[in-house]
Amino acid sequence: MNSAVIMKQVPDSEALIKLAPDGTGYVKEGVKFVMNPYDEFGVEEALKIKESAGSGEVTIISLGSERAVEAIRTGLAMGADKGVLLNAGEGYACALGVANALAEELKAGDYKIIFCGKQAIDDDMAQIGPMVAELMDIPCVTVVTAVEISGDKAVCTREIEGGKEIVEVALPAVIACQKGLNEPRYASLPGIMKAKKKPMEQKDISLGDAKAQIVKWEAPPERPPGRTIEGDDPAAKAAALVKALREEAKVI
Amino acid sequence: MYFELTEEQRMIYDMTKRFSEEELKPKAEEVDREHKYPAESVAKMAELGLMGMVFPEQYGGGGMDYVSYAIAIEEISRHCASTGVVMSAHTSLCAAPIYYFGTEEQKKKFLTPLAQGQKIGCFGMTEAGAGTDSAGTRTTAKLDGDNYIVNGTKNFITNGNEADIAVVMVRTGEHKHKGLSMIIVEKGTPGFSVGKLEDKLGILGSSTVELVFEEVKVPKDNLLGSEGEGFKIGMHTLDGGRIGIASQALGIAKGSLEESVEFGKTREQFGQPVINFQALQWMIADMATRLDAARLLTWRAAKLKDKGDVRYSKEAAMAKLFASETAMWAATKAIQIHGGYGYTKDYPVERYFRDAKITEIYEGTSEVQRLVIAQSLIKG
Repeated sequence: MNSAVIMKQVPDSEALIKLAPDGTGYVKEGVKFVMNPYDEFGVEEALKIKESAGSGEVTIISLGSERAVEAIRTGLAMGADKGVLLNAGEGYACALGVANALAEELKAGDYKIIFCGKQAIDDDMAQIGPMVAELMDIPCVTVVTAVEISGDKAVCTREIEGGKEIVEVALPAVIACQKGLNEPRYASLPGIMKAKKKPMEQKDISLGDAKAQIVKWEAPPERPPGRTIEGDDPAAKAAALVKALREEAKVI
Repeated sequence: MYFELTEEQRMIYDMTKRFSEEELKPKAEEVDREHKYPAESVAKMAELGLMGMVFPEQYGGGGMDYVSYAIAIEEISRHCASTGVVMSAHTSLCAAPIYYFGTEEQKKKFLTPLAQGQKIGCFGMTEAGAGTDSAGTRTTAKLDGDNYIVNGTKNFITNGNEADIAVVMVRTGEHKHKGLSMIIVEKGTPGFSVGKLEDKLGILGSSTVELVFEEVKVPKDNLLGSEGEGFKIGMHTLDGGRIGIASQALGIAKGSLEESVEFGKTREQFGQPVINFQALQWMIADMATRLDAARLLTWRAAKLKDKGDVRYSKEAAMAKLFASETAMWAATKAIQIHGGYGYTKDYPVERYFRDAKITEIYEGTSEVQRLVIAQSLIKG
């Protein structure tokens, strides 16, 4: 059984993000880029399925710029077999365009399961999994914390408000992974050495007109420093606090 | 430092940095406080291929270069210098001489399990009367039929408590230097035991012990190289070990710098973060500059070693000397930057200070490194 992992390269969560002066995006120079952490759960799950089946290949497919090759390589170092980069350059890519390109690529392969992260940590859109599944006319299960494959079916556990939902789905299907699904393995040193020799395909693609445009990038307003209510008398301080909450913060 | 690293080296850096943060950092304080050998972490490192990085794949190793090795030890030591020296002593002091001087049979029998991390190794050179004067070795090995009978005591042996395999310097002849040989002794051999466990200032997760040899029968096939090659093998081994210890020191220095910058940004006095004050800015600038210089010296030695038939003793000595003195200086400054808090166990810098000191002493004191460098200059 072959599986695919849709992977996005994103800024490291510890990176300091600065907006570009012309308001068109954020500054990418000097930023460390990594595999989207939620996608790592997908790679790990795909590898576990391959290991317990004793056969099958894991392909990592990423839409991004040349830079994303690095992130694909870390997936190969973890144990994936093939990488595919859909090179769309550095510009903005709207989700539907991305999903279309990914669906085209995925349709051409013979993937029983397609993993992706539940969302990318840069834009938090969470759209690709469901969109790709829809375009491929296959089911999609999101926020998945457990997967059991048996034959042509998968039983998935979804994390929902106040509980769990167990979903049975026919394969092929798209599974969007949530934290807790597994513990992604470190790339072993032999894995790192082998990664360079594994097949990595690059395809230049153009996404066409964006259906959704980013109109503006704005930094969140700076949080004003906190103010300590001064005074000796607790009752007076409490009164001053209530006054501030009512008249200044306007929350009561 | 991504300057000039290959893609594989960058991936090794990323992986070991993450492993160090996720696996070693949370346990480092306990390792230190309880003098606890980091067995679980070392087992995970073995699985990841970190215990035999530089040996060929045919012997269970990773087939990697020494710059990659230096990067890995630095990242591991950044959060746990004890774990760093376990890896370094095992690889450079025990497995390496077997790789360079062993027969095919010895490599298959001893090197492969070491490279795979299934067995731990140590290097028995130092004795009570033979530290810097390593040729003062008095542990003897007398040939008796098919065995050598080994008698004597080694002390201050890193990994000695956990090691399954020891590469031991023994006296087989009268001549001070040419009468020395190296022999492989396995744990469990009757008469071979671990004696005193040292109670040290730092690197408390790393065992430092006496090895006691009482009429130990060691098969003569365990001799590394020929009789009389012991001193040569020892010096060759220490050259490589110095790259490992330099890297351990780099990790300690980096930890000192990173903690200091972090603390300086959050600690406020006179209404502002203390990192705003010039005095501290000069300290961190000097820490960073010396750290980068030490790293370049270390990687230079590593690159020379990778070339193969090139002498690199001087460069390795410079790296070990400079990196260890940088680590000690940086850790001292780190406590200073932390002020009173740095003197408490609530912050890791006092541990870095205690861990750093030994890097100026073991695998050749700073004084010995200076002699090596000077001799190299004089001989020209």
